[in-house]
Amino acid sequence: MHPITEVHYLALSAALLLIGTIGVLTRRNIVIILMSIELILNAVNINLVAFSHHWGQTNGQIFAIFVIVDAVAEAAVGLGILIALFRNKETVLADEIDLLKW
Amino acid sequence: MLIDAVFFYAFALLTLGGAILTITRRNAVHSAISLIVSLLGVAGLYLLQHAEFLFAVQIVLYVGGIMVLFLFVIMLVNLDQMARERQFNRGWMVGLAAVVAVGVEIGYFFYRGQDSFKLPEVAPPPVSLGNTEVLADVLFGQYLLPFEIASILLLVAVVGSVVMAKKRI
Repeated sequence: MHPITEVHYLALSAALLLIGTIGVLTRRNIVIILMSIELILNAVNINLVAFSHHWGQTNGQIFAIFVIVDAVAEAAVGLGILIALFRNKETVLADEIDLLKW
Repeated sequence: MLIDAVFFYAFALLTLGGAILTITRRNAVHSAISLIVSLLGVAGLYLLQHAEFLFAVQIVLYVGGIMVLFLFVIMLVNLDQMARERQFNRGWMVGLAAVVAVGVEIGYFFYRGQDSFKLPEVAPPPVSLGNTEVLADVLFGQYLLPFEIASILLLVAVVGSVVMAKKRI
């Protein structure tokens, strides 16, 4: 069995990113689209922490903290928008919100 | 080293399995529970890489904070009739094909770039302080300005989400 190296973490992170992208592109429910965005941000964090561990520096982990802060802000604002949207249009399906569609 | 590999594959299975369940479940609450499993797997991966502070942050903030927020919103918006509708949008095949194309591309890069992954070995720095102390030193020294900007971002997000979600200000 090969020892676990950075390549394993990079492959895992790429797979998680692709799964999250599939969720964003194919699901109709906005709540699940927001969850898929969380998956994508976590994939980025795995990458940052893997390289931070390899080089023995903490800069990658600091960046991961900032990514988590952004994820929190995005989730709070996104869910607030979702509640406002549900109050006005009675739907949480992304393709029924087509007011700006020509 | 074998125990490392066992833990890595266990956490990777947890992460990817939870992620796949998240994007395929019909019921949004089941999706949220699967996402919690996936985030716990990521937390385990942080622990394997000696990022103990991020491990704690991941559990306290993601699993304890964001996911509770998600579950609250799922209960606020009535998702019962949404669960009975079609779950994937009409262009799902195009989206899936695009993602598969990107996946093949990334796999090809991994295959062709095998040699460049042989990074030079770096001697680990002498461990004198714990992970949290080291992070605090760097965060409040070198990265003080980004830290303050992040706090302003959070303030804006708090005000923005209250303005969005409240009926009448």
